[in-house]
Formats: sequence, structure tokens, C-alpha cells
Amino acid sequence: MTKQKKRWILKLYIAGQTTKSITAFANIKKICEEHLKGKYSIRIIDLLKNPKLAKGDQILAIPTLIKQLPLPLKKIIGDFSNTQKVLVGLDIVAKK
Amino acid sequence: MNKSARKPKVADFKLLKCPTGIQGVDEITFGGLPRERTTLVCGNAGCGKTLFAMEFLVRGANEFNEPGVYMSFEENAEELTKNFYSLGFELNYLINHKKLIIDYVFIERSEIEEAGEYDLEGLFVRLGHAIDSIGAKRVVLDTIEALFSGLKNENVLRAELRRLFRWLKTKGVTAIITGERGDKSLSRYGLEEYVADCVIILDHRVNEQISTRRFKIIKYRGSRHGSNEYPFLIDKKGLSVLPVTSLGLDYPISSDRVSSGVKGLDEMFEKKGYYRGSAILFSGGSGTGKTSFTSHFADSACRRGEKCLFFAFEESENQIIRDMNNIGINLKKWKNKDLLHISASRPAIFGLEMHLMNAHNMINEFKPNVVVFDPISNLINSGTLIEAQAMLTRLIDYLKAAQITLLMTDMFTIGDRAEQTEMNISSLCDSWIKLQNIERGNEYIRTISILKSRGMNHSNQIREFLITYKGVQINNSSKSPREVL
Repeated sequence: MTKQKKRWILKLYIAGQTTKSITAFANIKKICEEHLKGKYSIRIIDLLKNPKLAKGDQILAIPTLIKQLPLPLKKIIGDFSNTQKVLVGLDIVAKK
Repeated sequence: MNKSARKPKVADFKLLKCPTGIQGVDEITFGGLPRERTTLVCGNAGCGKTLFAMEFLVRGANEFNEPGVYMSFEENAEELTKNFYSLGFELNYLINHKKLIIDYVFIERSEIEEAGEYDLEGLFVRLGHAIDSIGAKRVVLDTIEALFSGLKNENVLRAELRRLFRWLKTKGVTAIITGERGDKSLSRYGLEEYVADCVIILDHRVNEQISTRRFKIIKYRGSRHGSNEYPFLIDKKGLSVLPVTSLGLDYPISSDRVSSGVKGLDEMFEKKGYYRGSAILFSGGSGTGKTSFTSHFADSACRRGEKCLFFAFEESENQIIRDMNNIGINLKKWKNKDLLHISASRPAIFGLEMHLMNAHNMINEFKPNVVVFDPISNLINSGTLIEAQAMLTRLIDYLKAAQITLLMTDMFTIGDRAEQTEMNISSLCDSWIKLQNIERGNEYIRTISILKSRGMNHSNQIREFLITYKGVQINNSSKSPREVL
């Protein structure tokens, strides 16, 4: 099955270990474990440590999750408390 | 008592200003924009917001050694660099020398999914990093309103903008944010609510097919400022505002005299000619010899080694040179020696203010000793009279302050115009000369007379003159004026 080979490459941008970023990470981790178990990887980028990186990925809002793969590139912003929106952003469910 | 615990003086609270370096703006604001605060510049599309903002950074970097960060939400660095290259701003040079950073912020609505609470810390980090990396003192956000079309949660945006402007103050930078003009408020998303220190409006309006740009300071907290609408010009050197009301009547006065270039006319002015730095007006209908007198004056200035700037509103440069050559005045020679510059343009190409502003800029650049306007009547007709008079008065004040002698010609025959107009024009000039063609028998006789000349015991006679291939020749006064007529 081709679907099995699909991998989700995700980047999570945060700015310091704030409550918001910890909540965001917990939420996204939960969603990914539920829907993409074994098919995803998340890299966390702390802009306070690497401010330069904000420019390259056009980061404005924090937290931002970038879905690099599968294409098309998508950005999901927020603390990921709205699971439905996250699933749309990750192209797991289609937009209604 | 401990000396260091002195009472703070008023001077300690004085609002510091950040000079823009843009011509005219620092005069109107009495020193520049409020330092370490944020100024909102708003206006419709194409009004010059981006140019104003960029010029603030470029001049800051070049003239005041204050590096700047330009955060653009609309154009990328390459587009900006190209656009500004034509104005002589080499952004690449500044970028390479760490005097300028252009950060292009791009928001693609369709790429973004909003899923819960967020803030704009990413923008803060980005801007903060850019500021710190070159030690920026000036920041531009052009136009931050793009955030509103890119992100949905307006509550978050508004809270974050408020935080952003507070944060900018703590970074010690002087900032400009731009905003599109809204229907009911100054800017479309009400940015003026957050930026309380200084608000500037740029305007671009068209009146009878002639466009004028205007600059107005709506508010400047803690500082006096010029409150008029000031015309401004965008030309090959950037933006310039004409600080029209900043001149007064307190300029120095010279008792030096300059020749009119015509021997007989000098004679009528106490044998010495005009006062240096005065305004002289020749009035007369068509074909009465105005341009000939003008050219004599220009020629004599160049003969003394002085510089003359000649604004022609009816004839082209070549035509003037040819015609004057026919009456023995070689203007080409002075042009080649760079003593004479003829600027020919049709009055209808811009509004009156633009003409005068253009003149202003050219005068600043060429630094002439004498300036000629031939004729001003068309200019006066291209605006309302009140406007025209006000603008001319300011130009004349400016020239007088710089001790530049101004000669103007006027197409009207004295007495043809309404009395009010006549009075207004008279108040503009120090010396007023009337040229006339008088019919006698089967020929026209050219006559010249001085209507007024402030501070001089001038001739009161009507004298006859000829325009010969050797120039203007005024008959001497031995003939009685009655005989002439």
C-alpha cells in the first residue's frame, strides 16, 4: 500500500519554554500519536536560541507547526487545541 | 543635601527628535520625528508612504549614521532595491555595509490553518534579531496592516500590535509604520489607536487634471509642528516637502545694486540699477519686449561672473537662444560656461505648487545669483489667485533671504485686470516696470516707465525705446515725455 510509505515531516517553532509552547507540544504529540503513529517526525525549533531561522520559514505567529512533507506546505498556528483544524492542516481529513 | 538628588529640570523631559533628513520635513516638525517613538504615516495607494519610510532609513544611514530595519509586508527586497535604484538610493550598498536590513514578511492566507491560541512572538523575535544584528536605530513596518488580511484572529492581532508598539519603545528605536487610508478612520484598521505620538497623512489629489501631493501632520504629541497642508514633490532625488510657512520677513537686506543690463534703464534707477536681492516685475502685453529686457538682465549677470537660472514657461531653450542672438545677446556662451541654466516647461504640466517646488529644488542645486521667471502670468492662471500669490510670496521670501535677485515678467497690460489682482501682484514686487506699445500715426512706439521702485528715487518719465540688433536702447531723457507720446 502506497499510503503506508507517506511520512509527515513536521517542524514546531516556539519561542522559549512557555506554558503555551508546552501545551502546544503536548497537543500536537497527542494528535500525531493518534493519527500518524510511526509515520511522522517533529523537530522543535526554539527561536530564542535560533532567531535567524524565523526569516527562512516566514514565522510570525508562535507556536507555528510547519508541515514540510507531504506537500503542499502548510502552516498551522495556535496551541493545537482545535484538533479538527489541526487534522485539516495536516491533510489527514479534507477541509469541509 | 546630596547634589545628585537635584530637582529635574524641564529640559530633562524635552522630547528628543530624530531628524529625517528629508527636505522640508525637519523644518515642519521642528527637528524630526519623535525619537524612540512610533510615527504612523497613512495615505491612499500611491501616495508615497513607502518612499517616505524608505527615505527615512536611507538618509538615517547615510547622513546620521543610524542603521535601519525595513520590514516589508508587500514588496520583497529585490523589488524594493530595483524601485529605489531609480531614485538614486543604492539599497544594496547599504545592505552590504550593514546599514540596512530589508526583511520581507510574506503571509499566504491559504497556507495557514489557525488551530487555537497564538501570539506574534515570531515577528518580535525576527524584528528584534534584525535590530540587534546591525544596531538599528530606525525601524519601518510597511504596512503592518497586511497582518489583518493574513490572519483571522483580530483580537489577537490588536493585542499584539499594542504590545509591539510598546516593545519598540523599549528597543530604543524610532519607528515608522505605514497604513492604508480608511473610509472613516485615518487608517483602514484603526492603527492610529495604538500609535499616539505622531500621525502624518500623505495625500495625492487631482484638481482640474493637475495632481498635487500633500503632506500634513495630524498630530504630534508633545511638540509644536506646522499644521498646514504642505505640497510635496517626488522627483529623481526622492521626496521633498516645501515648508511654505516657515519663512518670515526677517531676512538681511542689501544696499548693493545690480545692473539691469540696459544702460538707459539703469539710468532710470538712479543710474545704478536694481537692488540686489529684490524682486523686479516687468508688465506688458505681448510683443512689448519683456523677454528682451529679461535676457539683458541674465546676460549682464553672467558678464559679472554670476550665475543665472532662467525659467521659461512659453518658449523652448533653443528658441530663446536664437531669438536673443538676433538682438545681439549671446546666451549660448553663458550656457556653455555653466553660468546660465534655462529650464523650459509648460505651465500646464504640473500644478502651481509643483512648479514652485521644482524651482525651489533647482535653485538649491544650481545656486544662482539671479533668477528669472518668464512669464509668471501663466503660473498665476494655473491655480487660484490666492494660492498663486501665497506660493509666489514664499518663493520671493526665500530668494530674498538668500540675496538672490528675481526678475519676473507678466503678460498683462496694467489696468486690464481687476483692481484686487493688481494690488496683489504689486505687493509681490519691489520694482515694477511697465512696457507698452503705443500707437502713433502709422507706427507703434515702444515705451517703458517705472511704476514703483521701493526705496529709490527712480525716474518718473515714460521713455521710448528701440529693440535693435544690438539689443534694447532706451532714448535718453532729453526729450520730454509729452513729445514722446
